[in-house]
Amino acid sequence: MIELKNISKTFSSKKNKEVVALQDVTLHVKKGEIFGVIGYSGAGKSTLVRCVNLLEKPTSGEVFVNGEHLNEMSTDQLRQARQNIGMIFQGFNLLKTATVYDNIAIPLKLTGLAASEINERVEKYLSIVGLADKKNVFPNQLSGGQKQRVAIARALSHEPDVLLSDEATSALDPETTDSILELLLKINKEFGITILLITHEMHVIQKICDRVAVMENGEVIEQGNVIDIYSAPQQQTTQRFVSSLFPSEFPSEIFDDLQKQGPIISLTFVGTSADQPALSVISKKFDVHTNILSGNIVQLKDKPFGKLIAHIQGPKDETDKALAYLVEQGVQVSEVSNNG
Amino acid sequence: MDNIIEFYDRWGGLIWEATIETFQMVSISFLIAVIFGLPLGVLLVLTRPNKSWDNKYVYQFLNIVINVLRSIPFIILLFFLLPFTRSIVGTSMGVRGVIVPLVVYTAPYIARLMESALLEVDKGVLEAYEAMGIKTRHIIWHVMVQEAKPSIILGLTIATIGLIGATAMAGLVGAGGLGDVAYRFGHLRYQPNVMYVTIVLLVILIQAIQSLGNILATKSKKD
Repeated sequence: MIELKNISKTFSSKKNKEVVALQDVTLHVKKGEIFGVIGYSGAGKSTLVRCVNLLEKPTSGEVFVNGEHLNEMSTDQLRQARQNIGMIFQGFNLLKTATVYDNIAIPLKLTGLAASEINERVEKYLSIVGLADKKNVFPNQLSGGQKQRVAIARALSHEPDVLLSDEATSALDPETTDSILELLLKINKEFGITILLITHEMHVIQKICDRVAVMENGEVIEQGNVIDIYSAPQQQTTQRFVSSLFPSEFPSEIFDDLQKQGPIISLTFVGTSADQPALSVISKKFDVHTNILSGNIVQLKDKPFGKLIAHIQGPKDETDKALAYLVEQGVQVSEVSNNG
Repeated sequence: MDNIIEFYDRWGGLIWEATIETFQMVSISFLIAVIFGLPLGVLLVLTRPNKSWDNKYVYQFLNIVINVLRSIPFIILLFFLLPFTRSIVGTSMGVRGVIVPLVVYTAPYIARLMESALLEVDKGVLEAYEAMGIKTRHIIWHVMVQEAKPSIILGLTIATIGLIGATAMAGLVGAGGLGDVAYRFGHLRYQPNVMYVTIVLLVILIQAIQSLGNILATKSKKD
């Protein structure tokens, strides 16, 4: 649905200093999926999402949306294509001087929709985002979450195939973030709209994304299914994002002390293996004691995902047998070295 | 009481006529100045670097022309433009003759006020409309101008008041007006009563315009 091929973007500032915002980024977002791009600030993710509808013109590379080559379009064609690409923003970007109703109706009118249909669409999409009763209110009388809902209704009212989300939940509190994420998930399911979102919060990725790309210094350093990235992050930055959900740092004194008595391991459970009592089984079967140091189970979009850090205490041959048994049971096991 | 009646009998007609002249000069030149000033302000914003019609030549040209026009004192402009005025309206005298210099004086001022009002509009909103595939000219009118409305109204209020000040000099080309009455009768012929009355009228006029502007601006603000 969205194909970015070898996108690079360089900003040249006044002092002839060039800033490379994107470097040879290639992404493919499939029809109907929710694709997340995560990265720390300055990683280039905002530039990336703005390249999809050419709000930012890439220095080189090609952009395809729905099979159409956006770079080669005339201004008029691009305008038509953009009507098929919805976008929501961190700052909501609503008209302050227009009511909720007009905020949705004015863009529809300007794209040439018939008056009778405008009314129908405004009513329909306002009720989908749950704000049917707020249509005569001005944006300043709404909360942040409600403003974002209006912005979502505005984007949906053009009935696009694709929705781009530029940090849409970053200005919202955790509870409101969750309700907006649920709304995005709902419109993805009900209307089959493909969503490309960028965020700096792992929580957003975990809750609604099917696939994720991790960005750093203008490059995509890792991408794949959310579950794979969670269970086996390859790059350091990715590991940092994942460990933000599973704290696994211990005071080094305790760590060194424990390590003398047996291995410290990290156990990753995906899906149903998350509810097996694997640890208590090994302490019965083998001559080992287990001690959980930290652990957490999170709900990914469609399966639970858990991670435990445990200390296995016992003679070397017994702990080895216990670890082999765990692997046999389909649990991902890896030994933890200090600080990580 | 007798004094008031006497004053009214003697000066009433003159002051009334001057008030009408002031209103004529201000309203006509204000309308024409807005017709030139608002689009100029829009152009100043859009031709800035990184804006939709980014064009440093047009931008710099407008910038310089506006600064030059705004540097010239109105009284100089009034005489300087005499031939130009005559070629456009056929006369350089009376209310008609003063409209051209008043417009030339006010339009660049309005352009600057519009520029600063339009620059206040959140560029995220403009971007959102660009992302929805809406034509630039529609964005200008339906987003930029509408969103800047409160500041535009306050700017135009300031411009109107400046314009009233400038009309005081219109007497020099025989256009009359309240300022002219205050100067000729009040100052030159030393009739302090006439001067005080015209000044009080001007104060009331300006108070009324400023209050009206404030009310309209607040009303269009919606928050």
